[in-house]
Amino acid sequence: MNMSLHHRLSRGTRWVLCAALGLAAGSALPVVTPTTLAPDFTLRAMAGPNMRLQEQRGRVVMINFWATWCGPCRQEMPHLNRLYQKYGASGFVLLSVNVDDDTRNAADVAAKLGVTFPVLWDTDKKVSRLYDLATMPSTVLVDRDGKVRYVHRGYLNGYEDTYEKQVRELLK
Amino acid sequence: MSRRLLAFTVLSTMLLGGCAIQPWVKPYERERLADPIMAFSRNTLPERHRDHVRDVREGARGATGVQGGGCGCN
Amino acid sequence: MCAKAHAARPAYKGAAVVATDLLRRLLTLLGGVLGGLFAAGGARAVDLPADNAEAMFHSYNGGGVTANGPALLVRKSIADRVSLSASYYVDSVSNASIDVVTTASPYKERRNEYTFGADYVYRDSQITFGLSSSKEPDYTANRYSLDISQETFGGMTTVSLGFTRGSDQVGKHDAPEFADIATHWQYRVGVTQILTPRWIASANFEAISDDGYLGSPYRIARVFGAAVPERNPRTRSSRAMNFRVNGDLGSRDAVHLQYRYFWDTWAIKAHTVELGYSRYFGDKWLTDASLRYYRQGHALFYSDNAQTETTYVSRNRQLSTFDSVGLGAKVAYTWRKVPGRYEVKLNGGYEYVRYKYSDFTDIRTGTPYGFNAGVLQLYVSATF
Repeated sequence: MNMSLHHRLSRGTRWVLCAALGLAAGSALPVVTPTTLAPDFTLRAMAGPNMRLQEQRGRVVMINFWATWCGPCRQEMPHLNRLYQKYGASGFVLLSVNVDDDTRNAADVAAKLGVTFPVLWDTDKKVSRLYDLATMPSTVLVDRDGKVRYVHRGYLNGYEDTYEKQVRELLK
Repeated sequence: MSRRLLAFTVLSTMLLGGCAIQPWVKPYERERLADPIMAFSRNTLPERHRDHVRDVREGARGATGVQGGGCGCN
Repeated sequence: MCAKAHAARPAYKGAAVVATDLLRRLLTLLGGVLGGLFAAGGARAVDLPADNAEAMFHSYNGGGVTANGPALLVRKSIADRVSLSASYYVDSVSNASIDVVTTASPYKERRNEYTFGADYVYRDSQITFGLSSSKEPDYTANRYSLDISQETFGGMTTVSLGFTRGSDQVGKHDAPEFADIATHWQYRVGVTQILTPRWIASANFEAISDDGYLGSPYRIARVFGAAVPERNPRTRSSRAMNFRVNGDLGSRDAVHLQYRYFWDTWAIKAHTVELGYSRYFGDKWLTDASLRYYRQGHALFYSDNAQTETTYVSRNRQLSTFDSVGLGAKVAYTWRKVPGRYEVKLNGGYEYVRYKYSDFTDIRTGTPYGFNAGVLQLYVSATF
């Protein structure tokens, strides 16, 4: 019994190395990394006309992907709102892309959370796939030239301070 | 049996962690799975109670996902 | 890249040490899994369990036993890092079951149970400490537990390990000279896997070992028709494997399937099959229906009326051959809801269970025993 397990383990070591190397290779380079151009998209907005990313050139853009069923997404909304109201006039725009299937419910939740920034609908998940989201929420900071500068995966208490610091840096 | 289980768990976790297979259900596709009716456990107290009622009357115990306490219930 | 490969290997080596002692096995498995998975990295975070409170009234009525009482649970997160929970549960038991009625006299008793828990989240792992203490006039049971769960593979797979140690003090009414102990060790491992955007499955395994006084000082066994105090082994080791699948059916409803196989060193083998269906109605109503079938074979030393002298003998119907069928229904009404802030639900559930014994006779009638039971749960649950 012992022998067969050890035999299995030494063969297993080879698998582990594969796994470890696969880990490195398997974690494929994401499409959206700092210094690449942010992929362009056009989405329907909750209120107002469709919005296109390319049209925001010249301004600092924060693209925040969220959903009503994701707790941390709802938690960071008030912080994003604050950021939008503080820097909106200085050339900062916040595009929040919602990935819910039910836009009516999402609009309801957004209203209850007191959201003042534009909410865009990505019901068919095209933009989510384009940006290859690895977590919910995901926040992408794009500079005035349309280049991706920072990518944040998830939300933890304190992230909003990092967002503010980075937005200020990009606005300069 | 448990040694095989040990090897299996460790190996499968390592393999799952890497290699060329990518997670095929993306985080933005998990809306249905986030619904409470899809959760394995919804409310703690009723589940603990149900588990307790069964533990007292049945010979089988364990693996239900409820970490319960003991009692001298006959 | 190199760093990742190096990080993975020592962790695996640690986990690969084949240990004979179950505890060492668990700890090394723990180290291996966590080490390997932390090496995988990733900035994903698992959510702390949501703050919530529950208040419940529970009632069991069947086979001459009624057990009612309130139960309370509160869970609150502190500093977004730790979630603390505490619960209080009371069982007021009025026991006139067939055992009690035929060998003793009906009695009333109250049991209190307190539990405390602390959940800590770090990146993709969640660690839960638990403490529980149950007290009744002739039995005290204390448990402490540690559970660790780790999300991996892009959050599609969750691996969990858990361990509970229990220590009981067994007493007997009006017999202060009777004092014994029982200790329990539980080890569990589970994997939850997202299969598709609509289907999720889980497999759980739990091994339980008991040591000490595992019977009841009041229960009588029957040997050659005469009543003798029961004699149980002082050790018991059991294993259970549980498989569950939940599927979303597309019209705001879901189906639940569950199968558990249990086996132990007392030669008991048991199967549990459960089928459930949940459905939303409108904005405020959620209903569940469930059907459960349980069947077990008797313990080696169990006998309704032993015809030989054996070291161990028991007439505990919990160890006999029997099956049970349970039909349950639950309703939840969303009373108040502010999305992202709080939600209060009113819930009620009832389960009707029929127990049928094959080798336990009702000595009042001479026929195999059977009875019906009703389990009622009324509770208010709030998340905030």
